Amino acid sequence: MKKTMYQKIWDAHLVFEQEGLTPLLYVDRHLMHEVTSPQAFEGLRQRGAKIHRPEAILATMDHCIPTIHRDQPIADPIAAKQVQTLEDNCEVNGLLLFNMHSPSNGIIHVVAPENGFTHPGMVVVCGDSHTATHGAFGALAFGIGTSEVEHVLTTQTLPQKKSKTLRIEVKGKLGAGVTSKDVTMAIIGKIGTAGGTGFVIEYTGQVIREMSMEGRMTLCNMAIEAGAKAGMVAPDEKTFAYLHSKKQAPSKEHWEKAVAYWKTLPSDEGAVFDQTVEIDATQIKPQVTWGTSPEQVISIDQKVPGEADFSDPGKKLAVKNALEYMGLKAGQSLTEVALDWVFIGSCTNSRIEDMRAAAQVAKGKKVNPKVRAIVVPGSYPVKVQAEAEGLDKIFVAAGFEWREPGCSMCLAMNGDELKPGERCASTSNRNFEGRQGKGGRTHLVSPEMAAAAALAGHFVDIRTWN
Amino acid sequence: MEAFTRLTGLAALLNRNNIDTDQIIAKQFLKKTEKTGYGQYLFFDWRYLADGSENPEFELNQKTFRGSSILVTGDNFGCGSSREHAPWALADYGFRAIIATSYADIFFNNCFKNGILPVLLQAEQRDQLAAEITKNPGVNLTVDLEKQEVTSPGGLKFSFEIDNFRKQKLLKGLDDIDFSLTLMDKIKAFENKQAKELPWLWKTT
Ligand code: SF4
Repeated sequence: MKKTMYQKIWDAHLVFEQEGLTPLLYVDRHLMHEVTSPQAFEGLRQRGAKIHRPEAILATMDHCIPTIHRDQPIADPIAAKQVQTLEDNCEVNGLLLFNMHSPSNGIIHVVAPENGFTHPGMVVVCGDSHTATHGAFGALAFGIGTSEVEHVLTTQTLPQKKSKTLRIEVKGKLGAGVTSKDVTMAIIGKIGTAGGTGFVIEYTGQVIREMSMEGRMTLCNMAIEAGAKAGMVAPDEKTFAYLHSKKQAPSKEHWEKAVAYWKTLPSDEGAVFDQTVEIDATQIKPQVTWGTSPEQVISIDQKVPGEADFSDPGKKLAVKNALEYMGLKAGQSLTEVALDWVFIGSCTNSRIEDMRAAAQVAKGKKVNPKVRAIVVPGSYPVKVQAEAEGLDKIFVAAGFEWREPGCSMCLAMNGDELKPGERCASTSNRNFEGRQGKGGRTHLVSPEMAAAAALAGHFVDIRTWN
Repeated sequence: MEAFTRLTGLAALLNRNNIDTDQIIAKQFLKKTEKTGYGQYLFFDWRYLADGSENPEFELNQKTFRGSSILVTGDNFGCGSSREHAPWALADYGFRAIIATSYADIFFNNCFKNGILPVLLQAEQRDQLAAEITKNPGVNLTVDLEKQEVTSPGGLKFSFEIDNFRKQKLLKGLDDIDFSLTLMDKIKAFENKQAKELPWLWKTT
């Protein structure tokens, strides 16, 4: 029988299946951060249970940690306690932790690939919805709740229902100035934030094959914003090259065997998907969200829609509320709207290629005096690499702040946040109400678009702007 | 975990789509290391004004909805982050059942781990319930898990689907972990086989 990649990974991880019971799936790698783990460790203690496979866990601190004055204690006592709790839990259980002072520290979805911790064919979980990122390697990677974290800690497995499969084929070639961020946002614009609910997405097509590993991570990262359980890309030579020589990639003695196995993973020619969507890459333009849901997105040359553009009463109401919250009017062009902040960072767009792309735009120019712009690399290795290439100097000379790594203003738990009414161009993944600070207004864009917006003081079309 | 069998309770209507987990429990409340005490922060940005007083406009602050245990809401409820703080907050506030037309996956799973029943209804069924609540605020609905049925005093009666295994666990208040631990032999056998076939997965530092 012809199988999809999802089916192959599923079959390879099925521990137990019985009529009337939820199948039990084995978990190869368990990623962890400070916010969603403490209650799971607490549960473990109450149960008197032990961690089943400590070496399958990689933990980091990213959500609550400051991106400035890292040498000083965390000012917020509750955040400090949460960070300390992770430190203690890792210590007691002998887990690998990149604490906030470690040279390997960074956002979990940046540091795990950087270390070669997530491979093709694995089942990877984390108490974090953007675990979908690791699907870029051809792994089945998905976010779980804290009770499930406890379940994995205790048994290294999870009861899972089989998902349906959705193939999204991105055909043709991307135009200049159009990035994987624009592709993933355009897909969400097309299928909606619930369009992937119940599905695992496999992204295919020429554009995906030509995309770098980092581009694929950006793409898969936002599969969750389309409602999908996971997003994945078939592994290929790029995947193998990326993993080769990474710290926790298969060792020399196993490398050949591992690659041979990885080559068996891609969906068989003619495998049947439950649903297929085709996207014409040549039609994708730089994307900007105008509302408070990632599906409320337009191309930079389009006008902000209004209630009249939708027939569904629920959508009409959502548009009305979103426009009100965002302080926008139907028919407006986003190139007219002044920005207060620009945030370049998050597990969607904080890797070295993102840093390079933004720096390229910023080089020799100045941030608009009305805008405060911050660049937050995804990890210390990214930061070190960027500094070796002189990117930090480009940013600082242009007037961007160059920060220490972390989630920062992606979810504003660490004090980096918008004030009510402030408007931000952000390379992160969620434009929900209050996500970047109560009353804050978020527009999601690519790193290039964010950098250009910082300089201009408003959005510009990166394709025609110089 | 508390079992869920049959619940008759006050129903509150939050007639919006795409309510995300950031809205259900805002990030500033995720720093605690406990599982309890989140009810006071539920829907914080909607529920309270800038000065900390209650927002009189917000649905759940209406007198008729005080003490509600059933939440009737729109499409794609619980989308966004995986934070289990969302169901913890809903449960701590007093909600034991949610009625919506669709849910985000992770949130849906998280509900079952916390004794909350997320009921799936068709859009027109949900709309009829919403209409009855609007006409008669303060109405008590009944959610019967055994019969897989939602009923209203106005005579509405809708049956809903639910995975049988999940239903049985919820009815008995059974925990997934206890059940999976009974399968430890199978887990170990799987691991031995995988370590032989895919040995590189078993070398980590
Ligand atoms: S960067 Fe944002 S989306 Fe990514 S893990 Fe951190 S908070 Fe979550």
